[in-house]
Amino acid sequence: MGRSSEDHARVADTRRRWALASPALAIITLFSILPLLVVVVYSFLSPGDFGGVHWKLSFEGWFSVLFERDIFDDTVSLSDAHLTILTRSVVLSLATTVITLFLGVPTAWFIATRPQKQRAFWLLLITIPFWTNLLVRTIAVQEMIRSDGVFNRIMLGLGLIDEPIQMMFTNFALLVGMAYVFLPLMVLPVYSAIERFDFRLAEAGYDLYASRLYCLRRVILPMVRPGVIAGSILVFIPSLGAYVTPRIMGGGKSMMLGNLIEMQFGQGRNWPLGAALSLTLTALVLVALIWYSRLTGGGSRRD
Amino acid sequence: MKIKLGLTTAIIAVSALPALAEGTLNIYNFGLYTPPDLIEKFEKTYDVDVTLTEYDSNETAIAKIDAGGHGFDIVVSSAAVVPIYIDKGLYLKSDPNTMENFKNVDPAWVDVFWDEGRSYTIPYVWGTTGVMVNTDVYSGDINTSDIFLNPPEELKGKINVVPAMSDVIDLAIYSVGGESCTTDKEVLKAARDKLVAAKPYWASIDYASFEKFVNEDLQASVFWSGASMRIREANSGFAYGYPKEGFPKWQDNVAILADAHNVENAKLFLNFLMDPENAAIVSDYTGYPNAIMGSEAFMSEKLLAAPEMTIPAEFEPEAHFQRTCPPKVQDLYARIWTDLTK
Repeated sequence: MGRSSEDHARVADTRRRWALASPALAIITLFSILPLLVVVVYSFLSPGDFGGVHWKLSFEGWFSVLFERDIFDDTVSLSDAHLTILTRSVVLSLATTVITLFLGVPTAWFIATRPQKQRAFWLLLITIPFWTNLLVRTIAVQEMIRSDGVFNRIMLGLGLIDEPIQMMFTNFALLVGMAYVFLPLMVLPVYSAIERFDFRLAEAGYDLYASRLYCLRRVILPMVRPGVIAGSILVFIPSLGAYVTPRIMGGGKSMMLGNLIEMQFGQGRNWPLGAALSLTLTALVLVALIWYSRLTGGGSRRD
Repeated sequence: MKIKLGLTTAIIAVSALPALAEGTLNIYNFGLYTPPDLIEKFEKTYDVDVTLTEYDSNETAIAKIDAGGHGFDIVVSSAAVVPIYIDKGLYLKSDPNTMENFKNVDPAWVDVFWDEGRSYTIPYVWGTTGVMVNTDVYSGDINTSDIFLNPPEELKGKINVVPAMSDVIDLAIYSVGGESCTTDKEVLKAARDKLVAAKPYWASIDYASFEKFVNEDLQASVFWSGASMRIREANSGFAYGYPKEGFPKWQDNVAILADAHNVENAKLFLNFLMDPENAAIVSDYTGYPNAIMGSEAFMSEKLLAAPEMTIPAEFEPEAHFQRTCPPKVQDLYARIWTDLTK
């Protein structure tokens, strides 16, 4: 008797939880899972003549992600162009993450160590760029570093250089743009981790004769690690799919994954390949997220 | 990204709304291609509110219109893609050839292969794709595709190439002695190798804004004739060259969409565009010749004398009208382009 009422209660509880979760589940299904399924289905179809798809099963889209048939003699080889773009995307995204890390952690530290009342003001300054559209921010960076831009004009005016330094349309320009655009995404999670840090622990470290570097390495960094990892993931993932910044700062000469995907849906008229490339990007993001959960999950178990 | 998505949705919602009201017209055209004073004149004459939306390439436009729910009444499309629109049933058969002002259309532009007899479209303007060079920096021959395929020392690192895939690959194919949409793989290979070898000398592959040339950040570009004229007017150093190896000639057309909400206003607009005075306004703004007889009478001296408006007789045989390549060739073009921009 008691047992069955317990079962009954458990069933009712489960049912209630499902009911409560159903709006969220419906939204996720409708706006996330279904569109993703469309992409999956499209990646297995044949390209339509002028964009769109033919409803005919084909693995050519997936095949073309990594391989290519030589235009001239049909021999199959690894697709040099796609691999170059893929590698460039990953390398530039990692570089962006490292740059934002080196700029973001000291910034977050600075803000977190201000008196409580001033912190909100500093955080506001960090978030102000977010009030502007991404495109506007990117063009603002371009204005700073183009040949006739602010930086070159100041350097010329001071007589430090004789002719403008060509910075636009290089990987350097691209990294400057990406680091600027994504920096707040690093600062905010790191800040919230440092803010929670109990500075008495650092003092205790000093009391036990730890050097400053040792204290940073063994006391502070492990404590703020979740924030650093969260920030890195938040920067790395959107960097991988970045489209606007590479197009403007890179001058369209060196594509990243986002640009390659756009091309397949536009001038390339190969939607299945575009869909397969999009899913490849999703898979890369998934790998990054799994790595993230391992790292943070493992960390908390060890602690 | 989420913010961007929200904005896009808001813009779509806003632009879809006026379509329901009366006395409106929604036009979808290439960027910097619709004279504001022409729109104003149309609005005043017919008491119609016009909304203009711009796109960057034919492919973008087709994809958006094919998806439906766009709310546009009028679209401008290049001759090369008109058959695709007709084939997909995206145009309304509005019979512009029965309209009052159709008598003004130059007969040379009536029986065209993409719309025989003009049952769907009317001509907008036509032009060429060539090279634009700052002659203050480089004083050699500019009527050659070597400007970007085998650049002179003075221009290296200062060259832009517009990311118009077909135009750029066609220019390269002509320079190695081939034909557009060729399936000859030796020709395609030679064209690709030439492009790839020239790329290190280019600054960008971009729809570069006009001020980059006016400010001389860039000194040369693969460019459209009318756009070159507009830059020359702001910086007289620039000149437009017709590559003697061969270059694309194209024409853009105006049509009413099959799912237009304001068909009557759209028809008024087509008829309005075929009026010589209005066609002159279009040429004046875009820098391209139109196909309406008698419009020269309303054009400025400066425009009529512009070297970008008339293909010199010696280069006329090298102008090749642009068509849409078959899907197989299109695929080869896309792969050459990927090799080039990887």
